[in-house]
Amino acid sequence: MSAGPVVGIVLVSHSAAVAESVAELARGLAAGGAVAPVAPAGGTVDGGLGTSAELVLAAAASVDRGAGVALLTDLGSSVLTVKALLEDEELPAGSRLVDAPFLEGAVAAVVAASAGAPLDAVAAAAAEAYDYRKA
Amino acid sequence: MRDADFFRRWLDAAAAAVEREADRLTELDSPIGDADHGSNLLRGFVAVRAALAGADASAPPGALLQLAGRTLISTVGGASGPLYGTLLRRTGKELGEAAEVSDEQVREALDAGVDAVARLGGAAPGDKTMLDALVPGVAALATSYADAADAADAGAVATTPMLARKGRASYLGERSIGHQDPGATSSALLLRALADAAGGAA
Repeated sequence: MSAGPVVGIVLVSHSAAVAESVAELARGLAAGGAVAPVAPAGGTVDGGLGTSAELVLAAAASVDRGAGVALLTDLGSSVLTVKALLEDEELPAGSRLVDAPFLEGAVAAVVAASAGAPLDAVAAAAAEAYDYRKA
Repeated sequence: MRDADFFRRWLDAAAAAVEREADRLTELDSPIGDADHGSNLLRGFVAVRAALAGADASAPPGALLQLAGRTLISTVGGASGPLYGTLLRRTGKELGEAAEVSDEQVREALDAGVDAVARLGGAAPGDKTMLDALVPGVAALATSYADAADAADAGAVATTPMLARKGRASYLGERSIGHQDPGATSSALLLRALADAAGGAA
């Protein structure tokens, strides 16, 4: 891992359990050295299914080390909430919505960020997960 | 000219309409959505009412709409939060700091707000979304607030035979046909509330 600040990863899902589990999986598969900061932002504030702008903002702030924050989303309101927050520049400087499959992209992003990759490379690694065909 | 009180009356009427129609919106959302549109919007507009009650009495129209929009983004929890939040926030930004705005400025600002919704959601009229009520509604603002409400109502009704191309309803394919879109329905409520605030006159 390079000496500079690492990219933070935020995982936004409709479900707190999904966001937390995918974060745990990505951290586990990236293990082998220092792991980039990963924060789940799942469900609504009261524990229901949905997206909470407040949880997304708190998660992004918690993983921001100054090298940018890659946000991965599942679908619907999680995508739209992140876009709306980016539109009004409420997320940390250098935050980016990454166009990637949620789970596979999260693993790729955490592995890349943990290796010290800059935000562009983290986003590219996550997006490349779309190219992996399973059948 | 329209002052801050006009916009407070609009949002209050919108909150009252969502309260009145929440069950119907959720019912419309049951066959093609996840049966939460009414309850989500109700939570959002209850929060909007509280936020506006706490807002500075001298807050101009643009600031009130931006506050309402930001509140919806925070509190709704579903896709309608960022969508309606963006509509009000962008409309508010367009109105700027002016204490009073003309009807023409209101129309232009809402037009920009609807454009922002279309960009955010990547939808177009005909996709069976909010835009099917908002686009004809805001276009008819050129005539009067009452005509805008009528056009939005007609737009919402016209979503019934449409095939959904966005959101959860799109996963249903042809089974989305035959149901009025809940988002277009709530958008029509929003423009009816605007007409109510304007006293039904242009």
